[in-house]
Amino acid sequence: MQSIIRGLAYVVGDAIDTDQIIPAEHLVYSLQKPDERRMYGRYAMSGVPIDQQGLPDGHIPFTDPDKYHSDYTFVIGGANFGCGSSREHAPFALTEAGAQVVIAESYARIFYRNTIDGGFVIPFESHEKINDQIRTRDELELDTQIGQLTNHRTGQEYLLKPLGDVADILNAGNVFEYARQNGLISSS
Amino acid sequence: MTITEKVIANHCGRDRVVPGESVWVDVDILMTHDVCGPPTIDIFKREFGQDAKVWDPDKLVILPDHYIFTQNHHANRNVQLLRAFAQEHDLPHYYDVGSPRYKGVCHMALAEEGFNRPGSLLIGTDSHTCTSGAFGMFSTGVGNTDAALIMGTGKIWLRVPETMRFIFEGALPPYLMAKDLILAVIGDIGCDGATYRAMEFDGESVYSLSMQERMTLTNMAIEAGGKNGIIAPDETTIEYVHARTDHGFECIYSDDDSRYHSEYRYDVSTLEPVVAKPHRPDNRASVLEVAGTRLDRAYVGSCTGGKLEDFEAAAQIIKGQEVVIDTYIVPATTEISESLRTEHIDGTSLWDIFANAGCKMGQASCAACLGGPPDTFGRMQGDEVVISTTNRNFPGRMGSKQASVFLASPLTVAASALSGLITDPREVLV
Repeated sequence: MQSIIRGLAYVVGDAIDTDQIIPAEHLVYSLQKPDERRMYGRYAMSGVPIDQQGLPDGHIPFTDPDKYHSDYTFVIGGANFGCGSSREHAPFALTEAGAQVVIAESYARIFYRNTIDGGFVIPFESHEKINDQIRTRDELELDTQIGQLTNHRTGQEYLLKPLGDVADILNAGNVFEYARQNGLISSS
Repeated sequence: MTITEKVIANHCGRDRVVPGESVWVDVDILMTHDVCGPPTIDIFKREFGQDAKVWDPDKLVILPDHYIFTQNHHANRNVQLLRAFAQEHDLPHYYDVGSPRYKGVCHMALAEEGFNRPGSLLIGTDSHTCTSGAFGMFSTGVGNTDAALIMGTGKIWLRVPETMRFIFEGALPPYLMAKDLILAVIGDIGCDGATYRAMEFDGESVYSLSMQERMTLTNMAIEAGGKNGIIAPDETTIEYVHARTDHGFECIYSDDDSRYHSEYRYDVSTLEPVVAKPHRPDNRASVLEVAGTRLDRAYVGSCTGGKLEDFEAAAQIIKGQEVVIDTYIVPATTEISESLRTEHIDGTSLWDIFANAGCKMGQASCAACLGGPPDTFGRMQGDEVVISTTNRNFPGRMGSKQASVFLASPLTVAASALSGLITDPREVLV
């Protein structure tokens, strides 16, 4: 896990479900073939209603039309981020677009588990609601080791909740590496 | 211990587990489908090698069901990938599209084909895998990575959940269905009210329900964030399972001194027909509060609301009449589809009741429940207002971000299809 992550914020509201993160019609693409997997970057967060895309103003696409990569490193959400379907395509899409971190008040458990076991975006939890204090395009800096987030526009600092046990899987890279390191599956 | 704790303990070789601890468990059945199967297979081959063997072919069930009746070539390609994998590994439980074995919606197919067995542990690459918990077993949804690890090892790590208990008492009035009960629960506790927890459904009203109706309760546990939904087995369960499989099973019950996170009690005789308004499953209102809302479509289908009893309930209201809005009938499985032709009300088959009423009849699959490719049967294309027996109404869920979805019971959906307005089933039930 990279210790310092810097980049721009993309802010959304509460209960961002996996259909908003990646609409179901796009799930037909391969997650492996390069010419298909990039479509997940193009359509990441495209299911969020237009006026809720990039708060507080809205109408800001996560990935610009006809692009495959997003400008945003951080996705800032509210409560119950990632609720809905079990599709691993959701955290995959955020990663494929170039995001590295999601910070939300709380997560739906399958999305949270997928981010960690698959080694996609790092899912931090905030102690309080922060998606009303951070604006889309704010420059953020995160120290992943101590969980400290700094908003360079406002100077505001936030101490995020510790990652806990799952940090071991994040540090290993994904659940397979974790399982190999712990002798749960053969390392050959 | 609760049933959930006991099943997990039994699958990690322990006498006892406590909520909060993480354990590696042995999986009895892994289920996947056409959306998550191909990427799961990619990860399985990446991690275990191109020639790796599935840990136990008899425990892997592959049920293509999501994007079946579409011209989308990527979707069709994904079914071909499943077919090739099933052949390569000589998988006995692959239900191929276009073959007599084709089933349709995976969660109903698991029940019909005898893979839901009390006391067992089933993992699927679909969030509604919690449906199987109606059989007194542990079941939950996971992503591709976890499924690939199971495919290679038969194991998964689980955090033992705390259990919330929902007790329903009293006789269920004829205008209510399990859908009304679970929408009431989700409305009370919210879309994240059960996050990380087991939801155990109990009480005489639950045990008076058929297996199909019980599956409506457990199916929507995920809509409250639940890790699993579970109902203790009884004679109804045992009879259903014996009719579907010769495989052995073990009935497990919660101890009297089980510790619950919380307990909720409902007197079902006092509940009313309800809907979940757009755009969240916890946005509950009584049907009376929203009665008269203009509708463009009605939809009866999915793992939640596309079972034979859902169609029996709808047909009971629609028979002899005509729907006034586009009304889609999508049986969950091919078995249910066949039953629509063999089950009759007053001498008319359910199929004919719907067809004569002007409904649009679909083929067994997930269809428009989750939108899908643009040519999916019944998919929303614009700003339609729809009332549906499905399980989710987040923005864009049924295909169009501009559409508005009301979730309701098959009785309420059928009553509304006849008027084009949201209608309380008590107005039309005789």
